[in-house]
Amino acid sequence: MVPTSQVLGLAALLFCIGLAGVIVRRNLLIVLMSVELMLNAANLALVGFARARGDLEGQGLAFLIVALAAAEAAVGLAIVVSVFRSRRTVYADEVTLLRR
Amino acid sequence: MTKTFPLLWIPLLPLLGAAINLLCGRVLSRRAVHAVACGSVAGALGVVVFAIFGRLWPLAWAAEGTHVPARLVQTAYAWITAGSVELPVGLVCDPLSAVMLLVVTLVGFLIHLYSTGYMAHERDHARFFGYLNLFTGAMLILVLADNLPLLFVGWEGVGVCSYLLIGFWYDKDGTERLGLANAMAGRKAFLVNRVGDVAFLLGMLVLFAATGTLSIESLALRASDLLLPLHPLGLGPYTVAGVAGLLLFIGAMGKSAQIPLYVWLPDAMAGPTPVSALIHAATMVTAGVYMVARMNFLFMLSPAVMGLIALVGATTALFAASIGFAQHDIKKVLAYSTISQLGYMFVAVGVGAFSAGIFHLFTHAFFKACLFLGAGAIIHALHDEQDLRQMGGLRRPLATTHWTFLVSTLAIAGIPPLSGFFSKDEILWRAIATANPALGSTWLPALLYVMSLAAALCTAFYMFRLYGLVFLGERRGAAPASSHGHAGGHAGGHAGGGHAGDLHLPGPAMEAPLIVLAGGAALLGLLGLPEVVGAWLGIEHINLFERWLAPVVDQGARLADRWAGGHRVAANALAESHGLEALLLLLSVAVAVGSSALAWKLYRAGPSALVARLTARLRWFYRLVLNKYWVDELYDWIIVRPYKALAVVLFQLIDRLVIDRLGVHGAARSVDGVGRVLRRLQTGSVQHYVVGLVIGVTALVVGVVGAALLGGGG
Repeated sequence: MVPTSQVLGLAALLFCIGLAGVIVRRNLLIVLMSVELMLNAANLALVGFARARGDLEGQGLAFLIVALAAAEAAVGLAIVVSVFRSRRTVYADEVTLLRR
Repeated sequence: MTKTFPLLWIPLLPLLGAAINLLCGRVLSRRAVHAVACGSVAGALGVVVFAIFGRLWPLAWAAEGTHVPARLVQTAYAWITAGSVELPVGLVCDPLSAVMLLVVTLVGFLIHLYSTGYMAHERDHARFFGYLNLFTGAMLILVLADNLPLLFVGWEGVGVCSYLLIGFWYDKDGTERLGLANAMAGRKAFLVNRVGDVAFLLGMLVLFAATGTLSIESLALRASDLLLPLHPLGLGPYTVAGVAGLLLFIGAMGKSAQIPLYVWLPDAMAGPTPVSALIHAATMVTAGVYMVARMNFLFMLSPAVMGLIALVGATTALFAASIGFAQHDIKKVLAYSTISQLGYMFVAVGVGAFSAGIFHLFTHAFFKACLFLGAGAIIHALHDEQDLRQMGGLRRPLATTHWTFLVSTLAIAGIPPLSGFFSKDEILWRAIATANPALGSTWLPALLYVMSLAAALCTAFYMFRLYGLVFLGERRGAAPASSHGHAGGHAGGHAGGGHAGDLHLPGPAMEAPLIVLAGGAALLGLLGLPEVVGAWLGIEHINLFERWLAPVVDQGARLADRWAGGHRVAANALAESHGLEALLLLLSVAVAVGSSALAWKLYRAGPSALVARLTARLRWFYRLVLNKYWVDELYDWIIVRPYKALAVVLFQLIDRLVIDRLGVHGAARSVDGVGRVLRRLQTGSVQHYVVGLVIGVTALVVGVVGAALLGGGG
């Protein structure tokens, strides 16, 4: 059996990669993908804990998160499309109309 | 011996008149304004006469011999009810208030009548008569009040009206009277009065704290509370009566222009002359004396305070009388004379001769009002000239004015058988015939007597100087350029009065009050004939005035006897001697006649060469009294300038700088500054916001987990 600490370590690593992606990447589509990555990292951590505890509670929550991620991706893509239609760009640093 | 009576009408009628004139007077005709004003006071007079002679008199007769004063009462409405404190608007008319009511309404009515003629050429009639009525109403409230706060309402009311009326010509831009000076005089009067008022309030607080009541009747029943010891500011021990009495007296000092709070009264002459006559001679300034007489039970319990009152009165009498020697404004002479006569009244109440003090108040109201109104007639005739050096020779042209003025001058100089002699002489006698156990029983009576006699000497002199300079000799002033274009005829709207040469003679509206007042000044002395005359004529209790007031004013003496073991001012050994009384009476006459004659001789043809020589030889004295002992200048340096400097500091420094710039603008600017900085976080870039979010969440998690770990582990 894989030690739980390694599973969590991987989850943390994935989370950080996702976070880095969200912060650094300019392309909104990549940002969305990074957000998905963060969510899945959380899922991995949950499943790992479920395994360690021997019950399925974590897995149940993971299910919910998958559903949530799907919904969020749909909405997020709709927003990106809307932004593109309005501003003809998908780069985050080009849509700063609300700056001071 | 108490009955109810609708006393509220007495102050209410003038107050209604004031309301009408002040609110809608501008659309009324002059005649209507006059009718409302004079009518309301006449109405009040009518009610007063009916109340006193129809109702109070029979009660007083029935109560004669008992020590219970006859009273008419009315509780008009419950004013303050706060827990255990109940202060109704309660009015009471006892023999003492009866005297004051007669003075205020009768003299008040005469002055209102006079004003219809005097103010004929002025605009703003409605405002003037409105204020005059308002004053009358307030004064009547003061007189009728049965509790101290209501009295204080009237007290403040007359103060406000005094301010309004002194500064009546606030917008006058003539050559001599600049409106601003008038307004400043009004302000000075109000502020100096205020000083006294603060003390009055403190006195009321002391009384309330000690006895739990402020109703005059109830206070009189609480002698034991009033004699409790007090240690104000750690000094003492004094009694409640002493501390409260002193504070109330300071209030009286302000209102009645005694040293050191008299400086407002000469300046108050900036107001129209009827105002000077009514407020600053007959009524408002006497409110202090009235209050002391009304609270006689309180003062009698504190002989030390009474001694102070008498000394202040005597000093003021002499001091003010000395200033009268050199003034050359006719109204200023009369103003200082008023201050001096008020001093006499305080001497009287200070030695426990309350009825003598009130009698002098009574006679003084008549002759002083007559003098002021006469001065007004003169000023009016000379087209607003007030300088004595420009007068003279007015005996023939202003005949009525002259004779009434002469009668009043004789009265104030204390020449028998006019009223002033009797009232003044009674005070002198009681001053020397009373012992004060708290101060020197040996030196005080003699000192008071000597000072009062000296003041009488000065009074006779400067009044006859005034008389001579105005009426005798030859006219000194040039015929003034007429200020309202009187060539011969008159436009309408002037109540009578014709011309004699360049003089503008007074009309009947002005002359009739003069005659009535002079009559009073001459004859009213009969009401207060001294005991020695009674002994000579074989009539007991010849002093009718004293008999009338006795139940009210003797209260104090009885209370002190019962509760303070007789520790009070009382007649001394000299009082028994009718011989001494007669002797001193003759001495008073001699002093009065002699001083008057001297002045007459010096001034009968205007200021003579002898006067000029005397002035030159006594130059230091002349300058001293001409400049009023430089008291105003002293006050200016010690009080007014520092106060104004403080006001400037408070304004420029604290108000402008601290509050406005630092406070208000500073707050705005700092908010703006912080905002400017924080605004830079708004980059509009979502990714920057994410960074912030991450930082925040991290901090939160670390914080919670860390706290949990530390709490659980450590």
